[in-house]
Amino acid sequence: MLAAIGVDSTAELFEQVPNELRLNRPLDLPAGMSEPEVYERLAALAARNAHAEDEVCFLGAGMYDHYVPAIVDAITQRSEFLTPYTPYQPEISQGGLQAMFEFQTMMSELTALPVSTAGLYEGPSSVASAGYLATGATGRRRFVVSCGLHPHSRSTLATYSAGFGAEIEEVGLEGGTTDPAALAAAVDGETAAVFLQSPNFLGAVEDVETLGAAAKEHGALLVVACDPMTLGVLRPPGECGADVALGEGQPLGNRLDFGGPSFGFFCGTEALIRKLPGRIAGETEDVDGRRGFVLALQTREQHIRREKATHNICTAQALNALAATIHLAWLGREGFRELGELLVRRAAYARERLAAVEGVELLHEAPVVREFALRLDAPVERVLDRCAEQGIAAGYPLGRDYPEHEDGLLVAITERRSREQIDALAEALRVAVAAEAVAV
Amino acid sequence: MNQQGEAVTTIFEKSKAGRRAAVLPEAGVPEPPLEELIPAKLLRDEPPRLPEVSEPEIVRHYNRLSRRNFDLDSGFYPLGSCTMKHNPRLNERVAALPGHARLHPAQDPRRAQGALELMWLLQESLAEICGLPHVSLQPSAGSHGELAGLLLTRAFHADRGEERTKVLAPDTSHGTNPASVTMAGYESVKVATNERGGVDMDDLRAKVSDEVACLMLTNPNTLGLFDENIAEMAALIHEAGGTLYYDGANLNAVMGQTRPGDMGFDIVHVNLHKSFSQPHGGGGPGAGPIAVSERIEPYLPCPQVVRRTGDNGGGPFFDLDADRPKSIGRLRGFQGNFGVFVRSYAYILSLGADGLAEASETAVLNANYLKARLAEGRAGKRLPVAFDRHCMHEFVLSGKPMKRELGVATLDLAKRLLDFGFHPPTVYFPLLVDEALMVEPTETETKESLDAFADAIERILAEAEEDADIAKSAPYTTPVRRLDEVRATRQPVVRQAL
Repeated sequence: MLAAIGVDSTAELFEQVPNELRLNRPLDLPAGMSEPEVYERLAALAARNAHAEDEVCFLGAGMYDHYVPAIVDAITQRSEFLTPYTPYQPEISQGGLQAMFEFQTMMSELTALPVSTAGLYEGPSSVASAGYLATGATGRRRFVVSCGLHPHSRSTLATYSAGFGAEIEEVGLEGGTTDPAALAAAVDGETAAVFLQSPNFLGAVEDVETLGAAAKEHGALLVVACDPMTLGVLRPPGECGADVALGEGQPLGNRLDFGGPSFGFFCGTEALIRKLPGRIAGETEDVDGRRGFVLALQTREQHIRREKATHNICTAQALNALAATIHLAWLGREGFRELGELLVRRAAYARERLAAVEGVELLHEAPVVREFALRLDAPVERVLDRCAEQGIAAGYPLGRDYPEHEDGLLVAITERRSREQIDALAEALRVAVAAEAVAV
Repeated sequence: MNQQGEAVTTIFEKSKAGRRAAVLPEAGVPEPPLEELIPAKLLRDEPPRLPEVSEPEIVRHYNRLSRRNFDLDSGFYPLGSCTMKHNPRLNERVAALPGHARLHPAQDPRRAQGALELMWLLQESLAEICGLPHVSLQPSAGSHGELAGLLLTRAFHADRGEERTKVLAPDTSHGTNPASVTMAGYESVKVATNERGGVDMDDLRAKVSDEVACLMLTNPNTLGLFDENIAEMAALIHEAGGTLYYDGANLNAVMGQTRPGDMGFDIVHVNLHKSFSQPHGGGGPGAGPIAVSERIEPYLPCPQVVRRTGDNGGGPFFDLDADRPKSIGRLRGFQGNFGVFVRSYAYILSLGADGLAEASETAVLNANYLKARLAEGRAGKRLPVAFDRHCMHEFVLSGKPMKRELGVATLDLAKRLLDFGFHPPTVYFPLLVDEALMVEPTETETKESLDAFADAIERILAEAEEDADIAKSAPYTTPVRRLDEVRATRQPVVRQAL
C-alpha cells in the first residue's frame, strides 16, 4: 500500500502536520484490553449502580421504567437498522425511511396534529427547539412558560434563548396546575409562545384548552409538552388547540439508560410544516412508479440551507424512534389505550394508599395519570435513603427543583409496578417517615 | 438486500380490527370508570388509530423493511465526514447490562457511582485525546456540541462585558456550522479557501476583528487536508479576542497524532458516533461531548460530572455538580446519552493509547491508498482529486471532467455504485468543489475492499464511455430506483392517511 502511495512509511503521510503540533508521545491512556477484560471492567462498573432490575423503581420525572418488549431489542439490534448512516441515499434506505414514515403517522395519531418530524434528540431540547421555531414563526421574542414544565425543559429553553435572544416569563402553579389568571395576565401581543406541560411535572393533568385560549387570543403559538404514554387516555394536544406537541419519547420502547439515548417527538400543524426542525420522511414514487420514501422538505435542513436552516440538527435518534414504532405496533390501538387506563387506575390506587400513610399527604388533588406528588412530614432525602435500604427507589425529591416543595415527593407508576409493590412502598414509607419524623 | 418486485405495505395497511400483540398485566386494583378519576373533558374520545397486528406480523414486517436497507455490516460505506467504521458488538453487550440499561437517570448519585465514574473516566479520556482539560458529555450529537460551543463563546464574551456579533467559518465547513451560528444568534461569515485547500490567510486577516466572536474550523478540513497554518490562525483569532472552535467530525484522522488543544483550539466537539464507534442507527443516536480550555471551563453546561475526595479517608466520590454560577445551563434533560458513553468508553478501553493512534494512522493510510488507486486509469482522468497532495483520513474528487466528457454527473456515478453493492461517497460536498465526491474509507476496511471499490469505479467509467445512459438511469438492482424527491417536497405526504 505504501508503494502505491509512493511513500516509505505512514509517518510521511503525517508530515503535513507541523512537527511542533504533533503529539510525539503515546496518549496518556491505558494500554488496549482484550474483549473479556473490557467486559469485566464494564460489568464491574455496572454492578455499582442501583438499577430497576434490582430495586423497585418509583422514579419518574420524565423517564419511566416501562417494560420494553423483546421484539424491540430483536429488531433494533439487526445490522440493517443498527449500522446504516442517515438515509441520504433513499434507494438503499427504504427500510429506515418507511419506518420513519410509520413513526410519523403514529406520533401524529397520538398527538392529533397532522405533521410529525422523524424525531429530535430528547424532551427538553425539543422544548428549546420549539422556542426557536416560535421566534422564527412569529417574529416575537418572549415566552410565557408554566412552572409545570419540566425543570430541565425550562433550563434548556433558557440556555438556547440566551443564544437566539428571547425572554422568559414563568407562571406559577396553584393547587398543582398552572394558575389560569396569572397565565392570561402574562400573555400579550409580544408573546411568541406559551409553553405548557400535561401532565405537568407534578403529575397533574392540565386543562390545556382553557389555558391555551390566552395564546390564541394574542397570536402566540401554543406549545404543549406531553408524556406520550398518557395519550391513550388524555385528550390529545391537537384537540386542545396546540400548535406544537412534543416531548420525551423514552416511555415508548426505550430503556432508561441513565437518561439516554432516547428521542424527542415533535409534531405540528400544517401551517408549520416548512418551519419544523429535523428530518421528515415523505412518500413518493420512483421512476417506474413504485411506491417509495425519501427525506422530504430537505430545504429546511442544514446540509442544504446552511445558515438559513430552520435548525442545526443533523444526527438525531433514528434508532430510538424505531424502537418506539415497534413498541407502539406491539401495543396496538387497544393495548395502548388499555395501558393508559392501567396506569390511571394503578396510580389512583397508589395515590390513595400512600396518602393514607401517617405523615404522608397529597401535595395536590388535581387529576393525574401515572405520576403524583406527596408531602412528607419528614426530610425527604432521608426517607428516600431508608426506602432504598428496603430495595425501593421511592420517588423523586421535588426539593431538587422546587424550593417551595422541599417536603415533596414525586411517585411514578408503570405497568411494572404491581399492587404488591405499591403496598410495599406504602409500608416502607410508613416506617421511614415515622422514624425520620421522630428523629426530627 | 431485497430486490424489486415486492409490494410495499405499511404496518397500518396490515392492520385488522381486533388483532393484537401485547398482553398486559391485570390491573390488580379497583377499576372504576375513568371519568371518576379524570374529568371527562380532559379524556380522549377515541384511542389513536395505531395498527392492530399480531406479533408475528410485526416481526415479519420490520424484518422485511430491514432487508430494504443497506448497512455497514453488509458492505463498504466510504461516506466522507461520517467515519463509518466497524461497530464492535461487545459495546452493545455492555451497554445492555441492567446496571446501565435499567439505571434511572434521577437515581441518587450515591447509588449510581459506577455510571458516574464511567462518565468521569470517559471525560478524562476525551480530555487527553483532545488536549484540553475539561469535558462536558451533555451534547447529544455534533451539531448540539457546536451550539454548546457557540453559547459558551457568548457567555465567555458576556463575562468580559463584550457582545460580539460574527462567527467565521471556511466555505468548506459542514452545513451544521453556519446553522448553529444562526441558532446561537450570530451572523455567519464565510472565509475563502486557498489554492492548497487550506484557509485563505489574507481573507481571514481581512475578516478578523473585534466583532468576531469565534472562528470555527475542521482540521483536517472537509477536503481531508491538514491546515498547516493552524497555529497562525489561532494566534490571529486569540489576539482579536475571539475563541477558536474545532468541529471534531474529522477527529478520526488525528487521534494520538496531534491534538486540537495543542493546535490552540478553545472548544472541541467529539462525535462519539464517528470516531468512537457508536453505531449510527440510520440517523442516530450519537453524542457530541465538548472539551474546552481553562478559560471556557466556568461556563460549561450543568450539571458537570465531578470526582470529589472521599470523606474519612474513603475512596473518591463521583457527583453531579450543578452549583456553577457562570454556567450556560442545561442543553438537555438529565446527563446525556449515557448508553453511547458506555459504548465509546468500551471502545477506548479496547483500543487503548496505542490502538487509537494506530486507528488514525491506518485511517490515513487507507485514504491515501484509495486516493492513489483512484488516481490510476480512468478514474485519474475523469475524477481528479480536488487538491493533489497527501490527504488525511478522507479526500475529495471532482466529477467535473466526467460530467463534461461523458455526460455522467457525480449523482449518476453514486447511483450506479449502488448496483455494485457499495454505499456511495458523500456527494456535492464540500460546495467549493464542482461535482464533489468525498471519500472516507476508515481504518476498519481491508486493502481488498478498497481495491474492490476502486475497481468498481473503473468499471462504471469504462461502461459510461460505451453508454452513458447506463449510469444516468441507475440504479437498477435496488428495492426502488430513483425517487421523485421534488414531489416529496412540493406536495409532502408525511403521514399515512387512515
